[in-house]
Amino acid sequence: MGGRTLYDKLFDEHVVATPPGEPTLLYIDLHLVHEVTSPQAFDGLRLNGRRVRRPDRTLATADHNVPTDPPAVPVADPVSRRQLEVLEENCAEFGVTLFPRGDANQGIVHVIGPELGVSQPGMTIVCGDSHTSTHGALGALAFGIGTSEVEHVLATQTLPQQRARTMAVTLEGRLAPGVSAKDLVLAIIERLGTGGGAGHVIEYRGEAIRALSMEGRMTVCNMSIEAGARAGLIAVDETTIEYLRGRPGVPEGPPFDEAAARWRTYVSDDDAAFDAEVVIDAAALSPRVTWGTNPAQVVALDGVVPSPEDAGSDEERDAVERALAYMGLTPGTPLREVGVDVVFIGSCTNSRLEDLRAAAAVVAGRSVAAGVRALVVPGSHRVKAAAEAEGLDRVFAAAGFEWREPGCSMCLGMNPDQLKPGQRCASTSNRNFEGRQGRGGRTHLVSPAVAAATAIAGRFAAPAEVAP
Amino acid sequence: MRPVRVVEGRAVPLGRNDVDTDQIIPSEWLKRVERTGFGRGLFSEWRDDPDFVLNRPEYAGATILIGAERFGTGSSREHAVWALLDYGFAAVVASSFGDIFANNAAKQGLVIVRLEPAALAELVALVTADPARHVTVDVERLVVEVPDAGWHHAFALEPMTRERLLQGWDDIGLSLRHEAEITAFESRHGGETPVARLAAR
Ligand code: SF4
Repeated sequence: MGGRTLYDKLFDEHVVATPPGEPTLLYIDLHLVHEVTSPQAFDGLRLNGRRVRRPDRTLATADHNVPTDPPAVPVADPVSRRQLEVLEENCAEFGVTLFPRGDANQGIVHVIGPELGVSQPGMTIVCGDSHTSTHGALGALAFGIGTSEVEHVLATQTLPQQRARTMAVTLEGRLAPGVSAKDLVLAIIERLGTGGGAGHVIEYRGEAIRALSMEGRMTVCNMSIEAGARAGLIAVDETTIEYLRGRPGVPEGPPFDEAAARWRTYVSDDDAAFDAEVVIDAAALSPRVTWGTNPAQVVALDGVVPSPEDAGSDEERDAVERALAYMGLTPGTPLREVGVDVVFIGSCTNSRLEDLRAAAAVVAGRSVAAGVRALVVPGSHRVKAAAEAEGLDRVFAAAGFEWREPGCSMCLGMNPDQLKPGQRCASTSNRNFEGRQGRGGRTHLVSPAVAAATAIAGRFAAPAEVAP
Repeated sequence: MRPVRVVEGRAVPLGRNDVDTDQIIPSEWLKRVERTGFGRGLFSEWRDDPDFVLNRPEYAGATILIGAERFGTGSSREHAVWALLDYGFAAVVASSFGDIFANNAAKQGLVIVRLEPAALAELVALVTADPARHVTVDVERLVVEVPDAGWHHAFALEPMTRERLLQGWDDIGLSLRHEAEITAFESRHGGETPVARLAAR
């Protein structure tokens, strides 16, 4: 028998039952819950007289709806407020640990899982949220599920799953200075397309991945879904182990060393075969910007808005035309000449300490361009506190950025942080869909450093262009 | 879940690729804690346009939605499926689908029909030429038909998905048949969980 991929190892270790003619029943180690995709699932439990099977494998936080005002400011929107209250009621009733708005551990679900050390190598992790793929950076099988599946996991701690196909995406060489994990993943999506990873679990490998910090690896795995893949994986190495050491959910002393020894086995065997392989020259990459309304519509920051004439098919030409019309862009315009109204630094893709440091380094001593609204929304209270301890909040505030409370915020505009129709935003989030950040809003996905430079220049810019 | 054997009715062609779930149901609708009433939010940003295909009277009451490539990508929101069902759709035909969307659809009894692009184009041409045409999606026989045009095309479903649709089975009930195996797995896979460790601090 040939070697096994990391995915195969994770899958095989969690098989509970293999009923003939049915999908495999897979055990779920950790179920993360938030307010948006859980109310109907808890309702389903109540209707059927079921309980949460493993509250000790379930963790909830409020993130999607929370306003980013200080916690003392009440939630103005009654529908959002009700949804947050319902989460509190459900967690109390079913015995689930919850970090509500204002709690020291609260934050975006995909930021707090890793930072609290509850997401660990070798686990199966699910959440009613497609960016659950983020946790794959730790060598865990992590994927998003719908509300019916949330109810299923709450009730049974299992999920029926077909084995996915595997895809190795190898990033050769090292990223050039000024090129970040976000640029890397945008380039991967540009290459694979929005459907290229469908039906697959992607394992990211190669020198560029090994050289990334855990934060950078999470940024890459986070956007696996944008290439259609339900999960992304990165093999465990010493970067993973050192990231986990000392985190609250992780044991200390000899039990940590035992755990670490086990975690080191979560790598693909050298002779493992993948169903698909893609190789990308990471060393050749430059900063990226999306120009359209799906995350594969990517160009180099040095490039120009593409033309429908270059499309390969009629359908593609229609799609490009529709996207250009929505985005209010003219083919051939250099990205550097496109001005922005709003800059958003945040979301589960890029709201960790390293992201905020990268942005702060660019804005230090500079000012946000006139007429631009720029906001920073840390991914969690822990990130916020750590950033404040380093004085990053003062750097941002001095430059004219708003420094806000943690949550999903303008990533999806469920709270009051929204674009107005026609506003153009440089955003460190993961989706540039029509209306994603507010009805009629125009989103361009970029890295934290490019977002910061763009805030200073008032148009798309690289950090070097705004250096003092 | 109610059993689904055959879906029939008018079919409305959306004619767009990459219809993500943010378009199917915008996030402002996700604040609701109920499972019903999402039909009003279906494609709500596009429905403001009087020419949008769902606003055309000739497609009123359609039960089958025809997408194109990569229908239902993006966010995991099951609300997208609830909105389609609540609006009155019982099947979606497209050449490919987002994985999570297709899973959610299967759980809720929304029939997912994958047709290769050439067959899809034929179907779109038929219902564009005559919007009143009846289309049938037969889950039992795994075939899509336009009877008055003599057109039909086979499609595939996972055997288990088909069986679940036909029987109206509840997935949780199916998994709980394995209660003993789950318990046995848990006893092998024990120890203090990270959440318990965190909660104890
Ligand atoms: S930050 Fe955005 S993408 Fe991430 S979980 Fe929140 S809404 Fe989803």
